[in-house]
Amino acid sequence: MQVYGVDIGSRLLLGTAQYPSPAILGDAIRASGAEIVTVSLRRESGGDQHGQAFWNLIRDMGVRVLPNTAGCHSVKEAVTTAQMAREVFDTNWIKLEVIGDNDTLCPNVLDLVEAARVLCEDGFDVFPYTTDDLVVAERLLEAGCRVLMPWGAPIGTGLGLNNVYGLRTMRAHFPDVPLIVDAGIGLPSHAAHAMELGFDAVLLNTAVARAGDPVMMARAFARAVEAGALARDADPMEARDMASPSTPVFGKASLG
Amino acid sequence: MKIIVNGQSLEVTATLLEAALGELGYGDARVATALNGEFVPGPARASTSLGDGDRLEILAPMQGG
Repeated sequence: MQVYGVDIGSRLLLGTAQYPSPAILGDAIRASGAEIVTVSLRRESGGDQHGQAFWNLIRDMGVRVLPNTAGCHSVKEAVTTAQMAREVFDTNWIKLEVIGDNDTLCPNVLDLVEAARVLCEDGFDVFPYTTDDLVVAERLLEAGCRVLMPWGAPIGTGLGLNNVYGLRTMRAHFPDVPLIVDAGIGLPSHAAHAMELGFDAVLLNTAVARAGDPVMMARAFARAVEAGALARDADPMEARDMASPSTPVFGKASLG
Repeated sequence: MKIIVNGQSLEVTATLLEAALGELGYGDARVATALNGEFVPGPARASTSLGDGDRLEILAPMQGG
């Protein structure tokens, strides 16, 4: 996969929040094989060094960071957060979230497009967290985005792919745009399904971080994503309604 | 003067943002700043004046999804 001119080997992008400990986070990242991890910015008091310790951990792992604008509800908030993230993390990459509803964390796609336009014009490489709406996707591409990240389901729900039809049509409509399913993935089978649909990658956090054994789950997701990508490349059979015997009928003994 | 730092009212003697960061204990910490909702890049901190009641946000790296 290539995003914004960068070759990425792993098709799994991993969030860094909600892990039981920094050590488990580090082990989970290693087990996942992820080359890109998402990070954020939050308030920190002067004497507190949690943020610095976290940054040291991530930096030492040699992974590429994708800062987010999580929690932003307006264009202004998202753009300012992105500017601050660019300075702190020293990257033009930004996972753009503009939340429109607190219950579903559904993106406000109108403000998302506007924020994407502002940030692209300012030299950012924008990874927009969006829905599977094709018209919004077109607008995001017109704004300058060169990757799209539709949700599978609302953030943190683990419901999987809520609208397979929408995701399938998105893949068909944008055959040459890197598409990453972001949010809602709960199980490795969901991730494998996304890859089988032809998506380029999946981005997830809670499914690994909140598992009883995050490191083992990270390993499971790594294999699922690889399995799904292999299956897609292997050109799956067509599904059919009626049964078709797999064992040859020719040569069957007459024993009745 | 009193300014609002990350939502908390604090007394600072510094009148420039860079000096205030030092006074508040950030030193060389990897942080980004915004004053009254506007991003202030690192190189601009030394010439950015603070006024009574200003709202200063100081953000650091954090876990994220």
